[in-house]
Amino acid sequence: MTLDDILASLFPKGHEIRNDKGVLLGSATLRRGDKMLVLGVADRTALGVDEAIRLSGHVLESIGLASGPILVLVDSDSQRMSKRDELLGLNEFLAHLAKVLIHADINGRPTIGLLYGHSAAGALLATGLATRVLVGLPGAHPAVMDLPSMAKVTKLSMEALEEKAKSTPVFAPGLSNLVQMGAVHTTWSNDSSLADQLEALLADMPAARDQRDALGKARGGRLKAADIAERVRDLALQAR
Amino acid sequence: MTAPFKDITLTERACSTSFYESSARTRLELLLDAGSFVEFIGPEQREVSPHLKIFDLPEQFDDGIVVGHGRLDGSPVFVAAQEGRFMGGAFGEVHGAKLTGLLRAARQIASIPVLILFDTGGVRLQEANAGELAIAEIMRAVMEARSAGVKVVGLIGGRSGCYGGGGLTAGCCSALAVSEPGRIAVSGPEVIETNRGVEEFDSRDRALVWRTMGGKHRRLLGAADVFADDNVQDFREAALELLGLIGPFGLDSLKAEQERLADRLSRYGACLDAVDIWAAEGIAHAESVPELPSDQFITLAERIGRTNRDAR
Repeated sequence: MTLDDILASLFPKGHEIRNDKGVLLGSATLRRGDKMLVLGVADRTALGVDEAIRLSGHVLESIGLASGPILVLVDSDSQRMSKRDELLGLNEFLAHLAKVLIHADINGRPTIGLLYGHSAAGALLATGLATRVLVGLPGAHPAVMDLPSMAKVTKLSMEALEEKAKSTPVFAPGLSNLVQMGAVHTTWSNDSSLADQLEALLADMPAARDQRDALGKARGGRLKAADIAERVRDLALQAR
Repeated sequence: MTAPFKDITLTERACSTSFYESSARTRLELLLDAGSFVEFIGPEQREVSPHLKIFDLPEQFDDGIVVGHGRLDGSPVFVAAQEGRFMGGAFGEVHGAKLTGLLRAARQIASIPVLILFDTGGVRLQEANAGELAIAEIMRAVMEARSAGVKVVGLIGGRSGCYGGGGLTAGCCSALAVSEPGRIAVSGPEVIETNRGVEEFDSRDRALVWRTMGGKHRRLLGAADVFADDNVQDFREAALELLGLIGPFGLDSLKAEQERLADRLSRYGACLDAVDIWAAEGIAHAESVPELPSDQFITLAERIGRTNRDAR
């Protein structure tokens, strides 16, 4: 599905979303007539300082003036790997975008991420992974780290890595692996209206509490994270 | 180990111990009030990574992070220290979950601050999906804790720097202290060179690495609030200073941060090198900044005055 197809299926009542060099900014009308703020990264664009500041600004301008949920569309490259971006403090710009999204979510503007293409590393942390519910579309192909780079660092062949990837979802790229880890909450179908699926999710949003570790445990992808976090939390509460 | 130090006070040891060279455990021992540290899920519990054996790699009983509770100048603090010498301090499933649990407790209590001693290359490649997600959970937990009134301070001065998702997590903290060898960035020098070529970034040019990502540049840019000398005592004092200065967090902080970062882009967006930024900040002889001794640098940084206490 192209971005235009996705937007048409998501928002049959219309939208005003502009794609400016891979940065998506705008809003859309939901079935029942209220508005949804929309932002995102398209066309496998790298997320650098110039893109991040526009995305965070779009959300901040809406807080206080508008209400309703926020949709973050994701088809990005990794963070932009350049001297200029690092020189200017890319870590702060990406963190700021994530912070703005998290702040909105815990203050009455529920956030949904829609991963419909690629994403990786810092770009995924600042967008989809900073939302309350991350949804995957069939055909999305996130790669936290790509296998060739991993082969270089681990000094293993691509064949050896691909063999190991069959037995665990913990390191290899792919949407199904992120589902099993609890990073992607649910996968939608391309065969029925995306608007129906969005409305169903909005009608039944989970609480604004991070439940990804419990999800990863239930799905067998991350067996230790939830228990370790819970044990440390209990010990810390007793220690005060 | 302790016998030769019997007659030396903890403070003297902390003054003469390099933060950069120390282990995570030594940093905590010397940072906190004497004997006050209590660890949660220590190495005796052997909660190792369940994934490293897939790659026939050695495990560490604490998975490269030490978390617990202690006192700083008599007041309770939660602390987490990454061990940069194990897998480059990288975030894995167990490693990350310990920090997440600590932050969730801090949020519930809402009055005990958290100190994070970063020393990390970012996501642990061998468990990349679990590590990435752990960082996402930590960032969320930091912001939830700060929203509940918790002060979260990052201390950066270790061998592995603070890269990848570590850099993003540092960007979520209430305030940061950094030393000259502490580097803060997303993509590491080797990663940029591998992906974009040596013309974009020569990872073997150490001077370039330090002035682009190192503590002095981050302090001058306002990315870090306090510049610490490379000893544990100075980091202790920096942590105390920052805990006294941090104000409340809310929408206004994020609006101020938006303005601060947009202003940085418009002022320095066309600069090609850190030296150009420093010159544009009004520093005379900007090219000599890397050679300045700490005390002179701190005087300079305070004169430039770029901090972001209410804008992050």
